[in-house]
Amino acid sequence: MLRYIVRRLAQLVGVTVVLSMLLFFWLRSLPGGPVNAMLGERATPDQKARLEAVLGLDQPLHIQYVAYVGRILRGEFGNSSAVLPGADAMDIFLARFPATIELSLVAVTIAIIAAIPLGYIAARRHGSILDNATIVGSLVGIAVPVFFTAFLLKYWFAVKYGWLPVSGRQANLGCTRITKFFILDGLMTREFDCAASALKHLILPSIALATIPFAVIFRITRASVLDVVSEDYVRTAEAKGLTNRVIRSRHILRNAMLPVLTIIGLQVGSLLAGAILTETVFNYPGIGEALVSSFRGRDYAVLQILILMAAVVFVLVNLIVDVLYAVVDPRVRTR
Amino acid sequence: MTHKRKAAPIVGLTAAALVLTACATSERDEPADTGTDTSTEGSDSGTFKDVFTFGGAGAPVTFDPYYASDGETFRVSRQIFENLIGITPGTADLEPELAESWEPDDSGLVWTFKLREGVTFHDGTEFNAEAACANFERMFDQNEVGEGAAYYWGSTFGSFKSDAANSLYQGCEPTGDYELEFTISRVTSKFPAILSLTSFGMQSPKALEEGNANGIERAGEALAYPDNANNPVGTGPYKFGGYDEATRTVTLDRNDDYWGEPAKTKQIVIRAIPDESTRRQELQAGGIDGYDLPNPVDWQGLTDAGMKVEVRPPFNVFYVGLNPTNNEALLDLRVRQAIYHAINREQLVQSQLPEGASVATQFVPDTIEGYNADLEPYAYDPEKAKQLLADAGHSDLKLVFAWPSEVTRPYMPDPQGLYDAIRTDLEAVGITIETVTDPWGQYLDKAYTEYDAHFLGWTGDFNSVDNFLASFFGNLENNRFATNLQDFGAELSAELVAADGIADEAERTAAYEEINRRIMEEWLPALPISHSPPAIVVSSDVEGLIPSPLTAERFDTITVAGGN
Repeated sequence: MLRYIVRRLAQLVGVTVVLSMLLFFWLRSLPGGPVNAMLGERATPDQKARLEAVLGLDQPLHIQYVAYVGRILRGEFGNSSAVLPGADAMDIFLARFPATIELSLVAVTIAIIAAIPLGYIAARRHGSILDNATIVGSLVGIAVPVFFTAFLLKYWFAVKYGWLPVSGRQANLGCTRITKFFILDGLMTREFDCAASALKHLILPSIALATIPFAVIFRITRASVLDVVSEDYVRTAEAKGLTNRVIRSRHILRNAMLPVLTIIGLQVGSLLAGAILTETVFNYPGIGEALVSSFRGRDYAVLQILILMAAVVFVLVNLIVDVLYAVVDPRVRTR
Repeated sequence: MTHKRKAAPIVGLTAAALVLTACATSERDEPADTGTDTSTEGSDSGTFKDVFTFGGAGAPVTFDPYYASDGETFRVSRQIFENLIGITPGTADLEPELAESWEPDDSGLVWTFKLREGVTFHDGTEFNAEAACANFERMFDQNEVGEGAAYYWGSTFGSFKSDAANSLYQGCEPTGDYELEFTISRVTSKFPAILSLTSFGMQSPKALEEGNANGIERAGEALAYPDNANNPVGTGPYKFGGYDEATRTVTLDRNDDYWGEPAKTKQIVIRAIPDESTRRQELQAGGIDGYDLPNPVDWQGLTDAGMKVEVRPPFNVFYVGLNPTNNEALLDLRVRQAIYHAINREQLVQSQLPEGASVATQFVPDTIEGYNADLEPYAYDPEKAKQLLADAGHSDLKLVFAWPSEVTRPYMPDPQGLYDAIRTDLEAVGITIETVTDPWGQYLDKAYTEYDAHFLGWTGDFNSVDNFLASFFGNLENNRFATNLQDFGAELSAELVAADGIADEAERTAAYEEINRRIMEEWLPALPISHSPPAIVVSSDVEGLIPSPLTAERFDTITVAGGN
């Protein structure tokens, strides 16, 4: 197992190196550069050229790449030119990452809490009205774009009824920042108004974001449970006179959870894509929002860090899922 | 699984939470009294709220306005810093601010400024002639990186200390505690108006020194600002309270020791909300008290919802730039006139631009000294347009005509709508249009060389014809109209330089009026379309906002009703 994990981590290093190289050249092939965003519409070509020279952007690409690699090896990830000009790109990632994690965790939790029981019930009552209704519901979840869901939620619950905040991550309460997970920070420092405000700001974006994983997890759970209940060992368990609770938890759900776990891991990628849209609609300052603004401003350093770290996180989460898989399924361990 | 094993994670988590709680303490001085969402009203001072919350379109680039050129930085800086020369609220006219008066000598090169006494910076440092000159010397003496970043100094004073001979700035000498001499290298219409630019606000010399203000460096492919840029210390009605990147919120606290009328509201909070529709929804939901540049199509809806849409006097111009680099037909005046006559600008202004917009007769708005009131707008005349094209032998004219995507500007609220209208007009007179649309950054570059026609515009920085015309046509070798290819290009640039150097105001105004006439009647290097009023919107509870034609509002006069 340990060897397997080490091999996967070594692969991750390779992926990161190749991706960073691709990113470097791809970003610089995009039209417009950071200087346009820095100096604005009024700057003359002379002024732009002067700043480009100062920043080394006038050098041939291969020389820029060598300089870039040199800086990375020294642990310098560069500064932001647009998202938060002057700030270290890694600091921006570290400031924004907890926001997206907080949002994604809540979204995934909502999705799992809602989808697994519903999927189980739908499968056990196969063909019932409840089954059909939840299938239609999950289809809507898959079919409706997340930004549309986000926009509807925002309009109804924030703008029209004013129950929840329209945008942002927390009210301006002067809260103490420790981990940058605002709910956790609020609880740790006993600034409960801060935690409550963060939670209120999270509700709508996380529900919007949860619609995608909810639909997928629900469908996989339902299909998987349907498969498992017709297995011999379930029938045997029933014949042995085991209680429903034991059959459900030990025999059905445990076996049905394998594909569900995999799909939850794979959902991390689509969660990030969904987060970009959700964060933009709710002006929620996470990774997704930073990706959009760094792309617009051609903020090379921030874009590179965000995409690289997103890739690393994606690979790591999949690794964790694979390990969990082995924990749940003894057959995997022995292979 | 036994109950013990089941309980283990819960016990572990609880223990971890307790440990974390034990080592985390609140750094907040007092319970929040500055909440800005609907759930946490600010504490009150009678009938007014203590907090005015504004929705900005982005976070400030830096808190040192000297290195900035963006509106969001300036919005914050204007509340913190003051200049020697200010702008009369609601106008583009100059008025005394930290200088009480200024006077040139006979040569027009040495200006004596008498400074206001009894002014202190937010850190307690006294404002005097020495402090003012220290500021200008700091601006002048930049390293290579600073020279690249200081857009407004480069645009107005030209050069820095490394090329002192070519700089407009020639020195600042205190001649008394509250009097200084400011020397410039040549007479220019821009001086002393340029001293009113937000970039040139007076900063505490102590803070400049302690924050290593000129220590700007390169970091990768971006800039690393020194500490001073995170600790702005000015003399203005508000002090910097802090910036929270996690919520992208700037907080400004009232300067209770302000030399003038103290600010009416205790605190200003500026939240970065890049999406315009989210800003509108936040205003409607009460999350913010105002925001800038509401989309003109929303003006009526906002007014109907009880908001105050404050329309600023137009101080901009929207134009169609013409560039003959790849299209020699545009070297012919008749072709340029034909395009101009083909555009139904009256209809365009009525259908595409907000109320208060007007058809442009020249490249400057009518509130500027040097505006030529005798000029009439080019008439909409498609037949004349066709005739002019035929006379020029270009009845089959083709134009690569571009508009920018993903952007709106105060002078151009809906680029695509404007483009569709103008393209239809041009096609109606037989011009073949090849439509190009590019994202803003790329668009700005390509306008120099690749498009035959493009949309752009300008909002004035201060009340000066030169700020408009020289920005367009002054740099002969490098402008978006390639006037160096036109037979009049050199003459136009030379005339602008000559007029800029006239010391006598009446004579200079007359010279600019004549240039404006020649540009429109003889040269027509591009087509000024309209002047369009940008708006700023606040909730019905907000009083005292004075809309600025320069989009340079100060918030110290604002009150927000609704306190307990």
